[in-house]
Amino acid sequence: MFRDVQLDRSLDGTLAALADPTRRAMLARLAEGEATVSELGAPFPISQPAISRHIKVLLDAGLIVQRVEGTKRPCRLADGALSELDEYLELLRRALEKNYERLDRLLENEQTANRKDRTS
Amino acid sequence: MSKLTLETEGDRFVVVKRRFSAPPEAVYRAHMDPELLKQWCLGPDGWTMPVCINEAKVGGKIRYEWTNGQGGFFLTGEILELDPPHRMVHVERMHMPDATPDNHITTTFAKDGSGTLLTMRMSLPSAEVRKAMLATGMDKGMEISYQRLEKNLGWKAVA
Repeated sequence: MFRDVQLDRSLDGTLAALADPTRRAMLARLAEGEATVSELGAPFPISQPAISRHIKVLLDAGLIVQRVEGTKRPCRLADGALSELDEYLELLRRALEKNYERLDRLLENEQTANRKDRTS
Repeated sequence: MSKLTLETEGDRFVVVKRRFSAPPEAVYRAHMDPELLKQWCLGPDGWTMPVCINEAKVGGKIRYEWTNGQGGFFLTGEILELDPPHRMVHVERMHMPDATPDNHITTTFAKDGSGTLLTMRMSLPSAEVRKAMLATGMDKGMEISYQRLEKNLGWKAVA
């Protein structure tokens, strides 16, 4: 029972962490290997505090770990960070995102066609 | 920015929400008309749906067949409740080729300004079924592993 509650909490944290495209991109960068905080933030037009907040969310979700090296705080992916459940949900998310982007275009084309019908 | 939210509800359900700028009638029709479904309900890039049966009535049969040119899988189901253009309840199962347990899915199409808020509530497959789906997914080129994190988690950032 206690274990289930813990699992749920960690899953919520993981999902919240993965819901953001900047954090997903940061994880993608870390999949290539360790990176410093400034390296992680470099591709994004956002402030240093915003980058730190994203990193804190990833740390709290247990997806990444950070070590101290002088003044630097390099990050890397945590071992076994993504469970098979996270992988399944991420697979589902990607499939649905692709589907709904196609559906957006389809609906947009329909609306354009309808407007043309009315004006012609 | 991704407009889709995906949340677990306990350890049994997944709730997906997504906004569309088109009205509920149009979004509902796109979920019912096989010719429209074939154009968008395809999952990852590289897949097509050569066969799409969707009988838009209570008790109507559902059968979707997908292929990526090398292999494929299919889904069968039945429509249990229909309240056009607001709500649909259906049951579906994947055949990979063994059938997965029935997944009951409730989809609602709520008016949201001039657009639609789509909400889909479905069962979360068991760990065993998830593993089978992931394994099939990998076979079919929907790679998901640490080595492919870049592609899988990063696609949104590079799209």
